Amino acid sequence: MNINYIKKDKQLIVEITEDIDHHIAEKIRRKVDDEITRYMPRKTIFDFGRVTFMDSAGIGMIIGRYKMMKLIGGSLEIVNVSTTTKKILEMSGINKIIPMENKMEVG
Amino acid sequence: MYDNEMKLEFLSKSSNEAFARITVAAFASQLDPTIEELADIKTAVSEAVTNCIIHGYEEMEGIIKIKARIIKNTVEIEISDTGKGIENVELARKPLYTTKANLERSGMGFTIMESFMDDVQIDSVLGLGTKVFMRKKIKKHIVELAEEEFASIGGVS
Repeated sequence: MNINYIKKDKQLIVEITEDIDHHIAEKIRRKVDDEITRYMPRKTIFDFGRVTFMDSAGIGMIIGRYKMMKLIGGSLEIVNVSTTTKKILEMSGINKIIPMENKMEVG
Repeated sequence: MYDNEMKLEFLSKSSNEAFARITVAAFASQLDPTIEELADIKTAVSEAVTNCIIHGYEEMEGIIKIKARIIKNTVEIEISDTGKGIENVELARKPLYTTKANLERSGMGFTIMESFMDDVQIDSVLGLGTKVFMRKKIKKHIVELAEEEFASIGGVS
């Protein structure tokens, strides 16, 4: 499994490149937590631009990282969410606590 | 009109979650669903299969069975395990209810199945296992059926 990271100005961008189900979510969780603990970002941004499928495992994974960022005094954001993924995020209500942008400027 | 059936049996390994949803989606695609309908089916199957793995077998090895049927414009999917069963089905169906919060489960599995499929039935016996039955009508087909009927009664299309 491949996750791309961009680190700049205490901002950690995590690009997920695979479908997010229970199998993958556990791997993302371990790897991203490791990255957060080492880099201690002020903000973590999940880039979902390459995610074509997500089920409820994604919800748990996002909430878990949101809690972790809160714990270290930072914030979490999600960008480039597809329509189908958005449907699931809205159903869970986490769109009310985690900002979701459609486009992200990288630079 | 289509009438078709398939059966699938596989080990309760999380790496099979993608295999299961993609296989069922491929089978359902005979009904020519929209991309959104196909995504709904994939998500519902993924939720049900994950439940078998995490809850039914509690991440130990077991067999998951899927039976899918196409009846006219409807796809029926039955996903079953012979795991521990659900103690309180009504409670399990509630949004955000989970017995595995420590595994970062959101408790949205059944809620997602219910909202993405037209019908969801859960049959569970403690110690014997759980069977989830789901049904979804492929709407695109309704239009075609109506057109066919319209043509058969002498309408011009």
